[in-house]
Amino acid sequence: MTERPESQKLDTPALLETLSSDLRDLLQTRNIENPLMIGIHTGGAWVAEELHKNLNIKQPLGTLNITFYRDDFTRIGMHPQVTPSNLPFSIDDQHIILVDDVLHTGRTIRAALNEIFDYGRPASVLLAVLVERDCRELPISADVAATRIQLKTNQHIKLARDKNNLTLSIAEAK
Amino acid sequence: MKQHDIQLDKDGKLRHFLTIEGLKKQMLLDILDTAGNFSSVGARQIKKVPLLRGKTIANLFFEASTRTRTTFELAAKRLSADVLNININTSATSKGESLLDMLRNLEAMQVDMFVVRHNSSGAAHFIAQHVAPHISVINAGDGSHAHPTQAMLDMFTIRRYKPDFSKLTVAIVGDIMHSRVARSQIHALNTLGVPEIRVIGPQTIIPKEAAHLGVHVYHDMQQGLQNVDVVIMLRLQRERMEGALLPSEHEYFHMFGLTEEKLKLAKADAIVMHPGPINRGVEIESSVADGPQSVILEQVTHGISIRMAVMSMALGRSSLTDGGQN
Repeated sequence: MTERPESQKLDTPALLETLSSDLRDLLQTRNIENPLMIGIHTGGAWVAEELHKNLNIKQPLGTLNITFYRDDFTRIGMHPQVTPSNLPFSIDDQHIILVDDVLHTGRTIRAALNEIFDYGRPASVLLAVLVERDCRELPISADVAATRIQLKTNQHIKLARDKNNLTLSIAEAK
Repeated sequence: MKQHDIQLDKDGKLRHFLTIEGLKKQMLLDILDTAGNFSSVGARQIKKVPLLRGKTIANLFFEASTRTRTTFELAAKRLSADVLNININTSATSKGESLLDMLRNLEAMQVDMFVVRHNSSGAAHFIAQHVAPHISVINAGDGSHAHPTQAMLDMFTIRRYKPDFSKLTVAIVGDIMHSRVARSQIHALNTLGVPEIRVIGPQTIIPKEAAHLGVHVYHDMQQGLQNVDVVIMLRLQRERMEGALLPSEHEYFHMFGLTEEKLKLAKADAIVMHPGPINRGVEIESSVADGPQSVILEQVTHGISIRMAVMSMALGRSSLTDGGQN
């Protein structure tokens, strides 16, 4: 697969701003005061770092690596260089904000929810993503998304981090 | 016999794990890294991940074992695999045809992996040569040949305390001749780049070819322990010894048993390891086995992670590389 050089960039700082403020509003509506935040490795964890700062969340940020929960493990195998999940808190009866960069098929979120429930029983989980795109394969949707877009099947969204700047771009695979 | 070829699939991924010999450094590091990821699973409330759900793993133990068999079983269960424990009385099974017949029967039950312990060297390799293409074989100890998962859990333990293999001096003390553990450890230490490996023991139980393995041989423990970072004690394997290779246990302990006194010759932060089961007062003094430098029980815990790593690597390999899952 080769990517065309002219990939389309999205205004990522603005999207992060929107996501932070929408998320703040939603927490208020739902009366959630002291939430825990968990980012899905790697893109989701980057986004979560930003949100965690913007929302002044007191609890440390958790990260989830869903490798052990993927449904395609027997097809794609094991990657040794995974960073293990790190949830430095008890999640029982806590309100959790689950963060990912892109919601696409929904399979990552399915895996993440399964893993979260192996750590305990949260009071609630809400899903915040930068981009909600089409082509869902499971009945999963985001509670907050900075933008919702439709893409062609050969297009995909990629989040990159350079120093501390996040950039989302849409690329086409041939 | 090219043992290293049979262990890898066409993409160079681990298919069988029979011996450390022939495996590249990167493969050993991959096993250690993967095990590191699994060690967090043991700290969770629910000590289980769904990775190998629907896979069936048969433990074929032709030789007694408690620690190895139970940690293999726990590892498989923590990966959500189904486990069959088959204890085979060696005397009831003549090798060759009847063993293959048994394998065919287990294959017919759709078993995905065999974990094999056998008192004959080469047994796991023999089985690996004869299983169906989708089946993986893990050697859980064959005769005095190899015990690769034990060696890897030892490397994992060493790395936790001494992350840089290239700076270490490691001493292995005792019955090298009969020890599949020592053989596998030496291969692993060499592959991982440990510059100084010493073997210490009486002449009668250090094989003559030891020097060819890239180790320094000492018959005097006081000399051999000087400035080492890691002391690995081995169990005296009376059951594998023929004739009188050794003086009395008392005398052996006096010369080659690890005491607090002798341990002082090693570096102050040296760690003491033992694959178990330990013979207190034969190769190791109780106060050392239970002392602050001992990591013997941690080795047991790490054994679960290493076995989870090897099992999931062997059963999760595939040539398909589609990665995208959003």
